[in-house]
Amino acid sequence: MTTQTHPIIRRAARQPRLNSLWQGNWRGWVVPLALLVLLEIIVRLGWLPEHQMPAPSSIVLTLYDLAQSNLWTHTLASLLRVASGFAIGASLAIAIGTWVGLSQRAEAYLEPTFQGLRAIPSLAWVPLLLLWLGIDETPKITLIAIGAFFPVYLALVAGIRNIDRKLIEVGRLYQLSGFTLVRRILLPAALPNLLTGLRGALSLAWMFLVAAELIAATRGLGYLLSDGRETSRPDIVIAAILVLAVLGKLSDGLLKSLEQRALHWRDSFTGGA
Amino acid sequence: MSALLKLNNIRKAFAELTVLDNISLALAPGEIVSLLGPSGCGKSTLLRIAAGLDNQFEGELERNPLLEFGKHSGIGVVFQEPRLMPWLNVAENIGFADGWKASPRWVQQLLQDVGLEGRGDALPKELSGGMAQRVAIARGLYGKPQVLLLDEPFSAVDAFTRMRLQDLVISLTRQYEISILLVTHDLDEAIYLSDRVIILGGQPSRIVSELKVPVTHPRDRRAASMAYLKGEALSALYQHQALDPASQSNPHTPPQGH
Repeated sequence: MTTQTHPIIRRAARQPRLNSLWQGNWRGWVVPLALLVLLEIIVRLGWLPEHQMPAPSSIVLTLYDLAQSNLWTHTLASLLRVASGFAIGASLAIAIGTWVGLSQRAEAYLEPTFQGLRAIPSLAWVPLLLLWLGIDETPKITLIAIGAFFPVYLALVAGIRNIDRKLIEVGRLYQLSGFTLVRRILLPAALPNLLTGLRGALSLAWMFLVAAELIAATRGLGYLLSDGRETSRPDIVIAAILVLAVLGKLSDGLLKSLEQRALHWRDSFTGGA
Repeated sequence: MSALLKLNNIRKAFAELTVLDNISLALAPGEIVSLLGPSGCGKSTLLRIAAGLDNQFEGELERNPLLEFGKHSGIGVVFQEPRLMPWLNVAENIGFADGWKASPRWVQQLLQDVGLEGRGDALPKELSGGMAQRVAIARGLYGKPQVLLLDEPFSAVDAFTRMRLQDLVISLTRQYEISILLVTHDLDEAIYLSDRVIILGGQPSRIVSELKVPVTHPRDRRAASMAYLKGEALSALYQHQALDPASQSNPHTPPQGH
C-alpha cells in the first residue's frame, strides 16, 4: 500500500513549487532577449543598414536622449488624450448600454442606428472630424471616444441580457425597481462583461490615439512616430513604439488588477495548471 | 382568526394551454400546507402567483392586511435553487432586503439559527449546495415574514441534507410562528412536514384531494401513522389517475389500446 501512495504524495508536494513565480516567468524572456542580441550582432556586423534598422543599443541611447528633451511632453499629451477620450466614450456607453439593455423599446429605437454607426471603420471619421472640429484636441478626443464607445456598449448590453432571470426575480420579490434594481443586481451581474468591454475599449483607444496623432498633431507619441519617419530616424520611430507598448501594457494591467479585485466572487474556470 | 393568504378560483393559462383551473385554498396562521403533484402540474406556477411574482392570472389573491404591517412584505420565498447573489457574501445575501442598512445582529442570529455561525464572510462559491440553501432559508426569514412560500426547496440536495433541512425549517417556523405553503413532489416530505396536503392533478390541474395530517410536531419519520397516511395519499393519487401512466401526456409513448 505504501509503495502505491508514495509517488502520489510526492507529486502533490511538488505542485506548488512548479507554480512559483520566478520559475515560470523567466521562460517568457528567452525569445525576446535572444532576438535582441541577434539583432545587435547583425547590425554591428553591417548585415543590415543602420539607417533602416538601428541596433537595440542605439535605440536605448535615443530613448535616453528623448527622455532628456521632450519625451515627457509627448507622453503626457498622449496620455491625457487617451484618458479623456476613454472616459467620455466609456461613460456614454455605460449610460446608453444600461438603457438599451433594460428596455426593449430603447433597443428597438437605438440598436439599428448603433449597428449602422459601428459598421463605419472608425478611421473614416478622421477627415470629417477635422473638418468639423478643427485640428486641436477636440477631434482627437472625439475619435478616441468613438473608438472606446462600441466595445463597452456591446459588452454591457450583452452582459445585461445574459443575466440569470432568476436573480432578477429575487430583486422583484424584494420590490426593487428602476435605479435600485440596476445598482443592486443588474450592474454587479453584468460587471464581468463590462470589464471585458472596458479592456477592449482601452486598447482601441490607444489605437485611435495613434491614428489621430499621425494625421494631425504637433505633440504626442503619434506625432513622434510621423516625425521620425519624415526625418528618416527609425530609432525615434521604434522608441515611440516602445513607449506606446509600455503605456498600453501598464494601462491594461491597471484595468486587469481592477478586474481581479472586483470579480473575486466569480466562480469560473481560471485555466489548468 | 382569518386566513393569512387566500387564493380564490385561480385559473392560469399559458397561451392556449390552461394549466390551473378553479383552484381555491387558504392558509391559516401557523399552518403548514403542502401542494403535492407531479412535475409540470402547475404547482410552482401557483406558488409564484401567491408570491406576487406572476400577475397574469384569473381569480383572486387575498392577502391579510396583517401581512402588510411590517417594513417588509410579510411573505418570504425560498426557491428550488438558492438564488444567492454571487457577488455578495453570506451575511450580505441574508440581509439583501435591506442592503447595506441590514441589521447585523439579526443577520448574526439567523446565521446561528441555520447553523452557519462564523460563515458570514464566505462567498456563495465557497458553499456546498446544502449550505447555500440554508443561506437562502435565512434570507427568506430575514424580513420576519408571517408566511413562508417554499418552492421545492429541498429537491436539489442529497437525502441526508434534505432531512436536516426539513427539520430546520420546521423548528424555525415553530420558533418564529410562521405559516408555510410548500410545493413538493415528494409524498414523504409533504406528509412529514405539513398539517394539510393538497393534491393537484388532471389536465388542467385542479385540487383532486385534500389530506389532513393530524399528528403533532415534532413528528417521527418512522411512525406507523406516517406510513398509514402515505397509503391514504397514494390511494387518492391512484383514484385520480395521477399515477396512471396513460393519463400523462408523454410524447414518447404513443396512446395504446383504442
